[in-house]
Amino acid sequence: MSKSLKKAYLWLIILFLYAPILVLMVLSFNDSRSRATWGGFTFRWYIELFKDRDILLALYYTLAIGLLSSVIATIIGTFAAIGIFGYKKLSYSLVKNISYIPVINADIVTGVSLMLMFVFLGINQGFFTLLLAHITFNIPYIIFSVLPKLHQMDIHVYEAALDLGANPFMSIIKVVIPEIRPGIITGFLLAFTLSIDDFVISFFTSGPGVTNLSIEIYSMARRGINPKINALSTLMFVVVMALLLIVNKRSASNTEKKVRRDI
Amino acid sequence: MSDYIIQLNNISKVFEDGFVALDNLNLSIKKNEFLTLLGPSGCGKTTTLRIIGGFEMPTEGEIVFQGQKINDLPPHKRKVNTVFQKYALFTHLNVFDNVAFGLKISKTPKNEIKERVREMLNLVNLQGFEKRQVESLSGGQQQRVAIARALVNRPEVLLLDEPLGALDLKMRKDMQIELKKMQEKLGITFIYVTHDQEEALSMSDSIVILNEGIVQQIDTPINIYNEPKNAFVADFIGESNIIDGTMLQDKLVHFCNKDIPCIDTGFAKNEKVDVVIRPEDIDIKNLSDAQWTGKVTSVIFKGVHYDITVESSDGFVWLLQNTDRQYEGDTIGMSVDPDDIHIMKKVIDL
Amino acid sequence: MRRWLSYPYLVWMIMFITVPLLLIVFYAFTKQTDGGIVFSLDHFRQILDPLYLKVFLRSFKIAFISMLICLLIGYPVALFLSSKDFSQKSTYLMLIVIPMWMNFLLRTYAWLTLLENNGIFNKLLEFLGFGKVQFLYSEGAVILGTVYNFLPFMILPIYSVMVKIDESVISAAQDLGANSFQVLLKVMIPLSLPGVISGITMVFMPAVSTFVISRLLGGGQFALIGNIIEQQFLLTGNWGFGSALSFVLMVLVIISMFFMNANERNGKESML
Ligand SMILES: Nc1ncnc2c1ncn2[C@@H]1O[C@H](COP(=O)(O)OP(=O)(O)O)[C@@H](O)[C@H]1O
Ligand SMILES: [Mg+2]
Repeated sequence: MSKSLKKAYLWLIILFLYAPILVLMVLSFNDSRSRATWGGFTFRWYIELFKDRDILLALYYTLAIGLLSSVIATIIGTFAAIGIFGYKKLSYSLVKNISYIPVINADIVTGVSLMLMFVFLGINQGFFTLLLAHITFNIPYIIFSVLPKLHQMDIHVYEAALDLGANPFMSIIKVVIPEIRPGIITGFLLAFTLSIDDFVISFFTSGPGVTNLSIEIYSMARRGINPKINALSTLMFVVVMALLLIVNKRSASNTEKKVRRDI
Repeated sequence: MSDYIIQLNNISKVFEDGFVALDNLNLSIKKNEFLTLLGPSGCGKTTTLRIIGGFEMPTEGEIVFQGQKINDLPPHKRKVNTVFQKYALFTHLNVFDNVAFGLKISKTPKNEIKERVREMLNLVNLQGFEKRQVESLSGGQQQRVAIARALVNRPEVLLLDEPLGALDLKMRKDMQIELKKMQEKLGITFIYVTHDQEEALSMSDSIVILNEGIVQQIDTPINIYNEPKNAFVADFIGESNIIDGTMLQDKLVHFCNKDIPCIDTGFAKNEKVDVVIRPEDIDIKNLSDAQWTGKVTSVIFKGVHYDITVESSDGFVWLLQNTDRQYEGDTIGMSVDPDDIHIMKKVIDL
Repeated sequence: MRRWLSYPYLVWMIMFITVPLLLIVFYAFTKQTDGGIVFSLDHFRQILDPLYLKVFLRSFKIAFISMLICLLIGYPVALFLSSKDFSQKSTYLMLIVIPMWMNFLLRTYAWLTLLENNGIFNKLLEFLGFGKVQFLYSEGAVILGTVYNFLPFMILPIYSVMVKIDESVISAAQDLGANSFQVLLKVMIPLSLPGVISGITMVFMPAVSTFVISRLLGGGQFALIGNIIEQQFLLTGNWGFGSALSFVLMVLVIISMFFMNANERNGKESML
């Protein structure tokens, strides 16, 4: 097939992928509730968006949960990876495989299982359970970002630090962590992005009065078309693009992990 | 029809990024010839093969196969087959199916495929390997599969791109002999690419020396070795001492502060030239009889001979090969017979 | 190194990964009777109820069709992108990947705006003199939404296998007389099979368990397994049945993982 034909096909697919998003973005500036007639340019929906207390609150929860859960997951996950790295073969693959479950499981199953657990523990669902859930699905991404770096690391640097008189904990803090830092940062950024993007797990683990942006969008969309969502889409798209530029400079493999996460 | 099977006429290749990989290459290959393209890495050997195979279009020039211009013929319609640099075996197929691939494409009857594959596996000493996965084979065995896969189609011309490059020394030597035998037995034209001068010298009927996309010399191995056309060839084929000199008159050249008799004629008076002397052609003499004297700076035993480096008083570092041991720090005398001095026109640097 | 560093996580892992899954298994296989909690397969029997069986089959049908469409559309994309005459691979790849980072709900919502009765598609039809078409709340809309959301998941794994195929292997096939179609059939497709298999699971799994796409684009009529699970946990409170359905999805994931692993292992073994 000729090269231009191939190119045309690719552009057709790209058009298919972008057209809906672009339409939303254009409509977000449309001064008419109708989706198909142009009523003039306006910022009205953006202004309404920022006046909407529910959305602002959801934004706050999204960011707070995203930041808190990714920080906590990064700490727990990094130390977990370092510890797991020293396991014997059998326990290593056992823990690794269990950690892999939230990555590959259907989100709805993860969400439902956590909900059952919270009920079992007698915790009222709300901010706290949402945070626990997000930490839970974030930790594996940290572990799987850090473990490869540990494998790449020259194990002798740790031994050299011990040899020079640092105790094991100091050696890890001063030598090992700097060696694996790229993996930690990548994992953190990934966890943050996934947390602010999550819907299904949050849907089952949050409680009354606590929503994130995804849940808010879902309940608005269920009630029908709402131009405020268009404005929100445009903003989120721009923010995601900015984040992506930063993250993608770090590693292209993130995309693959996101693919797995979306399952 | 000419007696050439392949002719490359004024072939140039400029890549999209503007890199000139081949510059006005002319090459005529006789039927049943074993022709080797020899040159340093990146000089355009693979590109030349790919142009013959049809994987690369020349920017200029024509490719003639048995008297027909074949520039626009796609690879799958050309009657040449290739043994690729890293074999390029099909990992999803076993040995038999790899070798049978071309025959199946050409819809050869099943029985004949079986027979010819068997025959070919015998030829390359792989009988009994039919069902093996190619990735479970050693480098040498994979290489034989690649050769069998190409030869089974009975091509007029076989292109081989550094086929022995990945093998260890011993296996390489054995395969060199086997390949040469195969070529003579089957009577197929081989176009062979290598950057190993020894390999080229020992296997080829003729050698094309390439550098930076330009042909330096096309000749028989013996002539290439004994009468290199320029300093590049001399340096690339074996080791050489290459010294700046000035031609004073016919048969007299000035270099290293001495006027030295030689046998070359036809240069302009006072023309700047390259003087090339093979290390084994420098004789060690008494200090009084010598043309130059110098201090031995290193002596390395090479099995049969010693590699000896000598720094003469003018600062030039000579490489000598001699079967007599010398000692570091000694001062020795050197001279060269007139017919061992090769005078070459300076290659004009572009 | 220091194993104890992982102990906090081990506790976490047991509490929030292992035990919750065991809870699902527990609820799925038990029921409350007067005599206390007893082992029972009732919840699985309920799945076979024609009402739910229909949902089950529909989920699989929609997921399967969507997966097939993704494969048919996506395979050529991966093939073209990986061919050597494409110079700006990474730009095209970025363009295909970016929409995936857009919030999943917004991606689905976007189609709501396009397909609804007063949406752009219908206005366009009207403008061209055709009548309105009820696009939304149909099986087609759910399939369209699924394909749109998961198409990149088909393209990427296939592409990443294809770019690793050595260019010279393709040259070798041509050298041996294969034309472009034969190269595709005899070399590219067999060699890209591992990518195809992971692409298939990556599209099929989320498609079969989604409840957002079916809810937003299918309305109430086209409930899928995910919707039933959601209902059991958030509306009817029949956790046993919901757990049984979740358990089935889990088994499905394990099976597909097994396929992918076997596939990967084969690849690795033959590499040695
Ligand atoms: N597709 C290409 N685009 C640009 N430059 C190329 C391309 N292929 C090869 N080259 C360059 O052309 C030169 C000759 O390459 P090649 O024929 O492969 O050399 P070799 O003699 O080692 O086989 C090299 O410098 C290489 O970098
Ligand atoms: Mg080469």
